[in-house]
Amino acid sequence: MSTVAEGAVGGKRPKAAQRLADSRFAAVLVSPTVLVLVLVIVYPVVAAVIDSTYGVAGLDEETGFVSESEPFVGLGNYTAIFGEAGERFWNAFVNTTFFTVASVSLETVIGVVMALVMNQALRGRGIVRASILVPWAIPTVVSALLWKWIFNTDGVANAVLGTNVLWSAGGLASQVTIIVADVWKTAPFIGLLVLAGLQLIPEEVYEAARMDGAGAWRRFVAITLPLVRPALLVAVLFRMLDALRMFDLPYVLIGPRKESVETLAMLVQDQASNVRYGAAAAYAVILFLYVFAVAFAFVGLLGASVVDDEDAQPGPGLLERWRRRGRPRGSVAP
Amino acid sequence: MASARPAAGERGTVTALDRTSPAARAGADAGGGATTSRPSRSGRRRGGSRRSTATLYAGVGFIVLYCLAPYYWMVVSSFRRTSDIFSLSPIPRPFSWENYAAVFDPSQSFGRALVNSVVVAGTTTVVALLIGITTSYALARLRFRFKRALLAMIIATSMFPQVAIVVPLLKLFTGLGWINTYQAMIVPSLSFALPLAVWTLTTFFRQMPVELEQAAMVDGCTRWQAFRRIILPLAAPGVFTTTIITFIGAWNEFLIALSMTNSPDYQTAPVAISKFSGAAAFVAPFGSQMAAGVIVTIPLLVLVLVFQRRIVAGLAAGAVK
Repeated sequence: MSTVAEGAVGGKRPKAAQRLADSRFAAVLVSPTVLVLVLVIVYPVVAAVIDSTYGVAGLDEETGFVSESEPFVGLGNYTAIFGEAGERFWNAFVNTTFFTVASVSLETVIGVVMALVMNQALRGRGIVRASILVPWAIPTVVSALLWKWIFNTDGVANAVLGTNVLWSAGGLASQVTIIVADVWKTAPFIGLLVLAGLQLIPEEVYEAARMDGAGAWRRFVAITLPLVRPALLVAVLFRMLDALRMFDLPYVLIGPRKESVETLAMLVQDQASNVRYGAAAAYAVILFLYVFAVAFAFVGLLGASVVDDEDAQPGPGLLERWRRRGRPRGSVAP
Repeated sequence: MASARPAAGERGTVTALDRTSPAARAGADAGGGATTSRPSRSGRRRGGSRRSTATLYAGVGFIVLYCLAPYYWMVVSSFRRTSDIFSLSPIPRPFSWENYAAVFDPSQSFGRALVNSVVVAGTTTVVALLIGITTSYALARLRFRFKRALLAMIIATSMFPQVAIVVPLLKLFTGLGWINTYQAMIVPSLSFALPLAVWTLTTFFRQMPVELEQAAMVDGCTRWQAFRRIILPLAAPGVFTTTIITFIGAWNEFLIALSMTNSPDYQTAPVAISKFSGAAAFVAPFGSQMAAGVIVTIPLLVLVLVFQRRIVAGLAAGAVK
């Protein structure tokens, strides 16, 4: 797109000069954002890595002196996760992973079903669209309170299910409440993104498949899924990375320092609020690396293309071609 | 429900055509190409017997119920009296404002928390938009070195675990004496609000025809003038949508606000709700929690309902690259 712009706009000025002017202009336009991101992301990450090599100020066990400043411990905070103190860390690690896998798989299935229904529905599209945005817009804290109330021992969940479960007492029951609450809030979001992908599939493809005698299931597996794959992969990736940093939901729904629902983010926050900055920073760095490892693995294995700069694209994909056709804004809406 | 009107119009057209021949429908589809979804829908419904239509409406009903029933329960519970808070009737009887009165009891300083939320979320949104708008234009239109690197950085930061930056910033702000200040919440909030704003705005700018600037520049405008006088006014709807999406994100933020404050005077509404103690200390204040939740959610629901079309377009544009 921008190739056309430069070529046509160059006018009297030579192309090279125009390019230079453009990149200077771009530097001016971009620098405030870069500056802020360095300040609020790059600096804290570097600081976290440095902090993670320091221990807790106080009594030094070896010398018997009380130090005011935090002692340097090297990789001590990291190696501690393999020792006695590591039990809580691994519990949080397993919880985080379990919540992510369980919630995201359920969300994806429910979200795709929702998108398929919305794509077919003729009537009530306005109300479906409005209602699907409600869980997305509700603050996580509020939805946590809402589900805490629903999963109260004397609450409506037990009444409807005819059970008498102590949902907040810990164990699997508490984990289930977290997953239910998370799926409720985010499945519609996946549905929305998948729907946007579904609407790009031209009807002729289905028409052709139908003529060849493909049934509904076969059309779904052979056409819908592959064509909706890019949108779906991005939605799942976003959700996975979001679930890995889960904090608000278990913190409010069940509470802090509860073994069965403590996630890595909660562990970091708890350590920091107890002024154990070193350990907090070390766990934060591990979580950070974990998130990036998952992102890279996901992008590498499944080829989800997230950074999609049109200058660097090998050829226009279905999405890009459709976009270039100039779509009126708002047409994505279900 | 402002946008219900166009939807209703659309619905009318399609249903009217529904019983005509497939050929007529195909023609209608070509004409109504503005809504990309239409061809796929009507075509696939051809095999649609009465049974599959019923299944479809059951599906629609399920989605609406799934999304709204839990929230409905919250609203209903907020209108019950404390004495019958555990009632299971689907409508609050007797109807009571008791919980709402409790929420705004001065001891809860919930009104103050709402003001704090407006200040923090509002400032974060405005700053993120002001800083982000020029960057998004550059990313969408200009060619420059490190563009891909910058795009990658922005998408990476939007997936970033907030808790990793909270620890060092907490330490830093403690040193600066910034704990219990608005800036201690606004600055870290930019770490997610700015990438979100830039990402969404970039996709909006990309959708605008390049010919606009070309024409302006042929007429002697510099790039900056073309951007300020031509593009910016025309991009207003996209900017507006981005503002709403960013504001909702900032309004819902919890971790930063929780970490950077310890005085009720500076807590934002989500933090205040999570710490709600209620008037009577010995019972969990479910009623007033539900009422507070409804109050915090109302501004968002109004925004969402009024601008649903735009928000859906913005979310889809930002995520479906």
